[in-house]
Amino acid sequence: MNNLNSLVFFWPELLLSVTILTAILADLFYSKKDSFKVVYWSLGGMFLTYIAIRLQDIEPTSLFMGTVAHDPFSQFFKILILISTAIVMLMSLVSGELKKYRMGEYFSIMTIMTFGLFLMTSSIDILMVYLSIEIVSIMSFFLAGYLKRNSLSNEASLKYVIYGAFSSGIMLYGLSILFGLTGSTNFFEMQKAISLLGADSNLALVLSTVFILVGFGYKISAVPFHFWTPDVYEGSPSTITAYLSIAPKAAGFALMLRFFNQVFGDMSIDISTSWSAINNVPWPELIAVLSAATMTVGNLVAIQQNNVKRMLAYSSIAHAGYMMMAIPMMSNSSIEGVMMYLIMYLFMNLGAFFVVIYVKDQIGGEDYNSFDGLGWKMPYVAIPMTLFMVALTGLPPTAGFVGKFYIFAAVIESGSRFYWLAFVGVINSVISLYYYIRVVRHMYLIGERNDEFINPSSKLVLSLLVVLAIPSFVFGWYFSPIAEWISKSTIMFQGM
Amino acid sequence: MDHLLSWIIWLPVIGMGVIAFIPRNKSNLIKQIAASVSGVQLLLTIYLWSVFDASNGNLQFMERAEWIPSFNITYILGVDGLSLPMVFLMALIGFIGIFVSWNISNAVKGYFSLFLLLNTGVMGVFLALDFFLFYIFWEVMLLPMYFLIGMWGGPQREYAAIKFFLYTLAGSVLMLIAILALYFTCGNTFDMLLLMERAPIALDGMLWWGMSAIKVIWVLLFIGFAIKVPVFPFHTWLPLAHVEAPTAISVILAGVLLKLGVYGMLRINYTMLPDGVFWFAGALAVLGLINVIWGAMCALAQKDLKKLVAYSSVNHMGYTLLGMAAVIAASEMNGSNLISAQAGVGGAIFQMFNHGTISAMLFILVGVIYERAHHRDIEGFGGLASQMPIYTAFVAVAFFAGLGLPGFSGFVSEAMIFIGAFPVFRTVVIISTLGILLNAAYFLWAFQRMFFGPANEKYNDIPEINRREVLTLLPLAIITLILGVYPRPFLDLIASTLNVLIESVVMYGGIAQVIQ
Repeated sequence: MNNLNSLVFFWPELLLSVTILTAILADLFYSKKDSFKVVYWSLGGMFLTYIAIRLQDIEPTSLFMGTVAHDPFSQFFKILILISTAIVMLMSLVSGELKKYRMGEYFSIMTIMTFGLFLMTSSIDILMVYLSIEIVSIMSFFLAGYLKRNSLSNEASLKYVIYGAFSSGIMLYGLSILFGLTGSTNFFEMQKAISLLGADSNLALVLSTVFILVGFGYKISAVPFHFWTPDVYEGSPSTITAYLSIAPKAAGFALMLRFFNQVFGDMSIDISTSWSAINNVPWPELIAVLSAATMTVGNLVAIQQNNVKRMLAYSSIAHAGYMMMAIPMMSNSSIEGVMMYLIMYLFMNLGAFFVVIYVKDQIGGEDYNSFDGLGWKMPYVAIPMTLFMVALTGLPPTAGFVGKFYIFAAVIESGSRFYWLAFVGVINSVISLYYYIRVVRHMYLIGERNDEFINPSSKLVLSLLVVLAIPSFVFGWYFSPIAEWISKSTIMFQGM
Repeated sequence: MDHLLSWIIWLPVIGMGVIAFIPRNKSNLIKQIAASVSGVQLLLTIYLWSVFDASNGNLQFMERAEWIPSFNITYILGVDGLSLPMVFLMALIGFIGIFVSWNISNAVKGYFSLFLLLNTGVMGVFLALDFFLFYIFWEVMLLPMYFLIGMWGGPQREYAAIKFFLYTLAGSVLMLIAILALYFTCGNTFDMLLLMERAPIALDGMLWWGMSAIKVIWVLLFIGFAIKVPVFPFHTWLPLAHVEAPTAISVILAGVLLKLGVYGMLRINYTMLPDGVFWFAGALAVLGLINVIWGAMCALAQKDLKKLVAYSSVNHMGYTLLGMAAVIAASEMNGSNLISAQAGVGGAIFQMFNHGTISAMLFILVGVIYERAHHRDIEGFGGLASQMPIYTAFVAVAFFAGLGLPGFSGFVSEAMIFIGAFPVFRTVVIISTLGILLNAAYFLWAFQRMFFGPANEKYNDIPEINRREVLTLLPLAIITLILGVYPRPFLDLIASTLNVLIESVVMYGGIAQVIQ
């Protein structure tokens, strides 16, 4: 489709661009104290974007001369990203550490990042892939260093930049090898060319796969490209940590699913619900091993943390590992598995981070000891936090269980080849119980009970807790509507 | 009455909802609500028993409802002669447990809410017939248990609680893999009744990495259930959890929760993987033997009364495993000895029920003395018989029932197990009778040290067991005595289901020889 006609399908992104401009302009008219009001413009614009997405006809097609896909798959991820961005923006309003700074740019940068994430979920051209990843990365660097008078935040931003530049450089190299092999930047043309390649180019193909994996691995913080995660997560404003642990990760998974299934797989020919890798590139095994390493390392290091925010950072590495388990399976259920996991993870993980933010503001610390006796002091925080921790462990009847259930189902459905991966996965979820329940232990089991009761600081805090806690619980035993939505959303654009 | 089983399961959750709206300082009202909810639940199970058709060995009072169609998950409940005694046991012990915990003063609201939630979880496991539902209930029990041990337990409660949690979770995630493997190999269904039909055929001859799929799934499920039973060497969480848990929770743990493992094996391993039964029966009998001897030896070495009782559970659950293994006696290659299979498996089910009542009594009695003396050191007492005659009488009943004295229900079930297992596992049975000797030794020795001999001056005016405590013990003692002299009603109740179970296992005896 040519550029002009494409604009008709590009409504949500256009609306988002208008929102970005409005937010930047509106910021000029607010004083420092009032600058947080930019959030209303951003949220309003994002709400309109949401409606635009919902109203769209989602017949799969490609836009802008085959660089951007327009399909139910990307629509699903866009909605997911909008929801998480909106929740994080609301969380930022309550967060104490951001109060000292001008908030206007913060919200406009988040909106720009949303735009980049939208493109990430829908790009089907390696140039667009690179471009969208860079938009997101650069905005994340800004946001990670937003606490400019805090040295940890500065360190986080710098580390993020260095790691980001390095890994995207390697990825670019991989992409260029791939371009050299295939002579095209479009996913589908590349796929056709790869399937015709002889065995002598296998080495180059494997090399480029590994290099590209570095870029993706960095984005979803997979081991061994995870070293930036804990420091960046610890130093960034907690709201941004929460955001980084969900939105770019979701987009990264969307991109990975699309890239590997469409460039290195053969989705279009096979009409069944599962397909296979082409040309003997062992990428499914490679990702399987990476995923096992990711969850194991994430969990084992998370156990040793004494800071809850850092623990959540490492545990988010482990969760990336669980989700990666599904990618090598190359079936509809594997895509569904990742989608289901992301929805569930969105609520429980943002919930956990929000509690950490709130506890830091009220009690003054992020380590486990700050949670002592919270069950009596702030039951309205401790009960949702217990739920989030149980959900993150993956125990029924909470949302986390459903996510894990879908992932494990996808792994086991694909046959005995990857059963070992399922074992690694379940053993890891037992390990994760230890450090998640440690939070619960500090809230309820440790410390003398006293009747000191701290009232919630605002209605927004309570309503956010409720908004995050209800799905974390209800989706654990009633997920039919979501299951239906997801099964309709696995459809990707399949080329001309 | 419609949806009787659903009412039995969900009533405690309704009670929990009511308790949530009561201010936390009205602790008496909370206790009364918990007691009345459990009371109604007990009445419902008694009603269920009275309308249950014992001559029908299939599942009754089935309930079915769509739940998550995209994954073929259905809400299916049903009850048969295997689950009914367990449901009754849970209702009874749940009701008694409320009164055992009447003296709880710390965070009463939380305690009784969690207690009721635990009740729902256990009932759900016994009544669920959809594997997904079964798993959910199985896991729902864990969190309340963690809190109940961790918040209201003894000095080492935190360690005990997390150890219990990690052990059980490790078992149940392996079970999850097995459940999913069954789901995908047997035509995408979690319906246990369908799985019972399809699994033996679908898995026949299937190999995973050179291992028979039946063996792999059997072992995964077995580990999950064995941790709960607990079977040696997975038993190390049990003494700790039992000792640290508050009395009422030890009662539930020993009385009902340990049965979930054996129930799971009979309900799932036996019916879905009958070939595996033949493959594993020998190992099961030997594990049973180890449990019997190891449990008894450990009990003999204990100085803490509660630990002694805890290890006696390991010992007693060993007999159940031995009895279960006897099912293979009914196969053709073992001479189609149906009667000994019936005696063995029937004995195992009966033993589960009896251990439920007897160990509940034992733990309540330990709780009674602990509340008065604030320690449980067996050596620290002496001559208590003269100060607390009524208490001594109850302990005597419980100890004698525990050591399997004729006239008490424990004797009948253990005798049945030995009779059933003897034709197939001769050596194992002969060695395990040694266990009975040890069993008698640790109970009698503890009894002697605590109640006879020179009176300990410290406890000259120790208060006698009070009326509330007597009332919690009395129903259990009566059941033990009645079933000891007249076990017919119980055996009639399970007979038809037992035959269906044995038949379904034995039908595949021929295939078993192929995999062996």
